[in-house]
Amino acid sequence: MTITSPVTVETVDLDSTPLRELNKRLHNLGEPPSPAAWRVVNPGGRHAIAVGIDAEVEVDVEGHVGYYCAGMNKLATVRVHGNAGVGLAENIMSGSVIVDGNASASAGATGRGGLVVIQGDASSRCGISMKGVDIVVRGSVGHMSAFMAQKGRLVVCGDAADGLGDSIYEARLYVRGSVAGLGADCIEKEMRGEHLLELRELLDAAGLPEADPTVFRRYGSARQLYNFHIDNAGAY
Amino acid sequence: MCGIVGLFSKSLSVSDRLGEHLGDMLLEMSDRGPDSAGVALYRTPAPAGSTKVSLHSADPDYDWEALQVELDERFGSTQPDVRASHAVFVVDTESRALQQWLRGHRPELRVMSAGTSLEIYKEAGAPREFVKRFALADVQASHGLGHTRMATESAVTTDGSHPFWTGLDLCLVHNGSLSNHNWLRTRLRREGLEFETENDSEVAAGYLTWRLAEGDSLEQALESCLGELDGFYTFAVGTADGFAVLRDPIACKPAVMAETEDWVAMASEYRAIAVLPGAADANVWEPAPATVYSWERQPVG
Repeated sequence: MTITSPVTVETVDLDSTPLRELNKRLHNLGEPPSPAAWRVVNPGGRHAIAVGIDAEVEVDVEGHVGYYCAGMNKLATVRVHGNAGVGLAENIMSGSVIVDGNASASAGATGRGGLVVIQGDASSRCGISMKGVDIVVRGSVGHMSAFMAQKGRLVVCGDAADGLGDSIYEARLYVRGSVAGLGADCIEKEMRGEHLLELRELLDAAGLPEADPTVFRRYGSARQLYNFHIDNAGAY
Repeated sequence: MCGIVGLFSKSLSVSDRLGEHLGDMLLEMSDRGPDSAGVALYRTPAPAGSTKVSLHSADPDYDWEALQVELDERFGSTQPDVRASHAVFVVDTESRALQQWLRGHRPELRVMSAGTSLEIYKEAGAPREFVKRFALADVQASHGLGHTRMATESAVTTDGSHPFWTGLDLCLVHNGSLSNHNWLRTRLRREGLEFETENDSEVAAGYLTWRLAEGDSLEQALESCLGELDGFYTFAVGTADGFAVLRDPIACKPAVMAETEDWVAMASEYRAIAVLPGAADANVWEPAPATVYSWERQPVG
């Protein structure tokens, strides 16, 4: 990943600046956005840091963040140099959110687009109801990940806990390690050329050029839960 | 919702200020539980054969001195350590005899805990007021638990506040709600346990007390919770020498843990840990579902 070095970096200390003020400033950056690079120090596990940005800026958060960090992100690149709490990058639209450490439950939930990269582990329900976002987890994911996932790709370099892809629609799941158990209507699928290609692109985008896509396995929907099954008519 | 916190010290510098640290953690969890607050502190064990008892009085002008005189005449008793609506005595008799005497002679008082080193303080009202009124900043302790409550299963009263104690030096704070607590309470009553409230978390504490009395280790007792308790829970549990955390298999109630050379901490959210000394360099992780995490110190003596 190339990081363009911006001219000025705006530093905000959350021990002395109210979080609302930071977020308000990040919502009013003008066109072209200025300042284009931000550094947030002393996040202290606060919730909703850098939520709702709609501008091509870079935000580096130096420490652990609480719930919903970088939620609804559009265009921006948000890096968390620490761990993230529940709902990281919830409903992300575009841009990217990168976490150096682990992410708690529901990372990338309902995301519509963009890229979420978690360098450590993600806990339960990673990518729940994802609708187009790409999520790359370098470690493992917890139970019920990609629950009702509709669109987008989830890449897990470690293992997946029980109930992976339960009631999944059209998202594609790639797992390198073991899968403790697949959820309802989620099955393993053939890894064809186009899948190796898209996985290669995803791993590169996540800064993992050394990872070998051929050792991953693909999982997706058996498409048995989509429609009312006529054999069940007798139940009514 | 509710917020829970726990802090287990591994160094004197932390035990010397444990009350202050626990109070700071509790304040961070105010948003999760504005209805009531409580702490359990493990400190200065009572001598063998005597009982440390935490009592609560609804009367702010309660005459603790008069009670001390009576307790001293009957059994032998220390001067009370009075904090707001609570007082702690060390009485020279067994826990059961003391509780029986209190029920007979002082029915207006509520026994919050009766054991060796455990003290419990809890009250309806905002956590900020609680931390101030109970002067937590002055308290030294080896470990402690705290709770801020957003009530769901029972009323907003001191009785319904956490931590819950049902015997021995065990107590528990709970984030979540249990769905089979009525049936389990009935079953545990048949086993001889007594319950003071209709609260679901008290039943969880009672269940653990019962398992320990049956000979389980803390870890075994917590593991058997996974099969017996139905509902949502993240528990932090304290015993005279130990501290443990358990989340239910679905794990929809949050929890984060952290450890340094000086302390082990758990909280509903990381911001309650961020206030501890050295938190920035701590090893931080999310406890896995249906997995027991426990720490124990060698009992003194």
